[in-house]
Amino acid sequence: MSFLLLIAGLPTAAAAAYLLATSPTGASLDAIGGRELVVQLTYLASSVLFILGLRSLTKPDEARRGMQLAALGMVFAIVGTLLNSEILTYSWIVGGLVLGTVLGYPLGKFVPMTAMPQRIAFSHMFGALAATLVGVGEYYHGIQVPEATGIERFKMAAIGFEVLFGALTVTGSFMAFGKLQEFITGKPITYPGQNIFNLSLFAAAFGCFVWLIFNPENTAVFYAMLAIGFAIGILMVMPIGGADMPVVVSLLNSYAGLAASATGFAINNDVLIIAGALDGASGFILSIIMSKAMNRSFGNVIFGAFGSATTASGKTSEGLVAKSISAEDAAVQLAYAGRVVFVPGYGMAVAQAQHQVRELAELIEKNGGEVKYAIHPVAGRMPGHMNVLLAEANVPYDKMYDMEEINDQFAETDVAVVIGANDVVNPAAKNDESSPIYGMPILNVYEARSIIVLKRGMNPGFAGIENELFFDEKTNMLFGDAKSSLTKLVSEVKTL
Amino acid sequence: MTATQIIQLYVFILAGFVGFLVITKVPPLLHTPLMAATNAISGISLVGSIVLAGGQYGQVATILGFIAVVCAMTNVVGGFIITDRMLGMFKRAETKSGPTDTTGAGGAK
Repeated sequence: MSFLLLIAGLPTAAAAAYLLATSPTGASLDAIGGRELVVQLTYLASSVLFILGLRSLTKPDEARRGMQLAALGMVFAIVGTLLNSEILTYSWIVGGLVLGTVLGYPLGKFVPMTAMPQRIAFSHMFGALAATLVGVGEYYHGIQVPEATGIERFKMAAIGFEVLFGALTVTGSFMAFGKLQEFITGKPITYPGQNIFNLSLFAAAFGCFVWLIFNPENTAVFYAMLAIGFAIGILMVMPIGGADMPVVVSLLNSYAGLAASATGFAINNDVLIIAGALDGASGFILSIIMSKAMNRSFGNVIFGAFGSATTASGKTSEGLVAKSISAEDAAVQLAYAGRVVFVPGYGMAVAQAQHQVRELAELIEKNGGEVKYAIHPVAGRMPGHMNVLLAEANVPYDKMYDMEEINDQFAETDVAVVIGANDVVNPAAKNDESSPIYGMPILNVYEARSIIVLKRGMNPGFAGIENELFFDEKTNMLFGDAKSSLTKLVSEVKTL
Repeated sequence: MTATQIIQLYVFILAGFVGFLVITKVPPLLHTPLMAATNAISGISLVGSIVLAGGQYGQVATILGFIAVVCAMTNVVGGFIITDRMLGMFKRAETKSGPTDTTGAGGAK
């Protein structure tokens, strides 16, 4: 309870700090004039609405309304900014707003849910580019125009941070977008001395950053830092494999937020600081959750080049035989099962088989069975991706269970149906210390009374590891394309 | 550092803390909408971009500001629309007065 109070109290504290901070630039404590007061109050309102919007995401029933409030908050922020007395001409602004709307509408309305990871990566690029350009503009205005008044150290530090993080997020997001959209190879691109080279680039960028704080008028160093920032983004993401992109995209989300926050410091704008800090925290938390779920440390994702690893050690399948099952028999098993858990993996999404899964689930429920969906954190290509894909296929969200929620229930499950998932159900993660995935949190499918695995063939999963679950005597393999297997199952169950 | 800058640091730290507490409560169920939402909110760079594009800071600043406005506005519009579209898909099971539907809360916590 006290924790709840804390949560309620913090926004208030932040708001109070915000009010204190809204004294006009230059730190004089004179009262704010009429127009400026209105501007600051709109910013205050939008900060509160952003926080409430994000908080609404803790409850699926309220989320939609909450995010509409957040959108209203954005409208406030825009209107407030348009009232800013520094603005003299509106033609470029209006042009930009219109063009942005025209570009943004299709990106919001028509992008399919399967393409969500690359869509998000793509827009991180846009967000970071905006922050970077504002930073460059501020720098240019402060140093390079004839009437420039120079930039003091704190502001230079903010601009430097903004431009550096912004630039590496722009190119990094572009690389992530390319790898997810598959016009850049999803395989890690590596070369000898790569980590050392990347680290020295970081060091160089940091050197420029520090130099600029003391010598802001050194334009060559500023643009060198900008260029290095762009280079770091490309080189940092290049060696990271396609399957690790969820961590990268989350991390870039965090960077885009931090760049926005730095913009707020540079131009004395608190709503930017607040919104940026919220985004930064969100991206950071998500990337930690994702790397944990993948059994990787943060550093390992960034510097590890996992996908190139040829360490396919662990047990082999020699001498083991997987039992296969016909669609008819599998249908009988499912039709009369009391408790069924579906375990969807990315393979299901690739086959676009969500609708067949839901149809099958409805038939089982009609027969009196109970159906749940077990979702591993890395089941999709970004955090929570699988949930969206299932929701799109009209699977009710109260039937989707997180790993922690469902793992205790497998022992009471009559049939677990694994669809296009592999490593996330591999018991080797628990019992085979020699396995590369040892220690990774998995769904305890092996505890179920019986298991049906829908799979194209016996190829090992992404990590190249054999899965002993497939050879378990409780397991039956239903070979074939997920979508057609499910369609067959649906029609078989119907005829029973 | 000026007093304003100190207060800005307070704002940053406190907002980050609020963000941390709020975001850790978001269930994995809604992590994708969360990313889309923070993406839309990061369009707040618009605030800086608008001032740059409209203030009389010279032609270079105006052009940089214009591009920044376009980029940020794209994120705002696209981001909020797609978040809304996704959240609209999340529905509870219809409470048909079926015999054994007491599963309830589940992922909804």
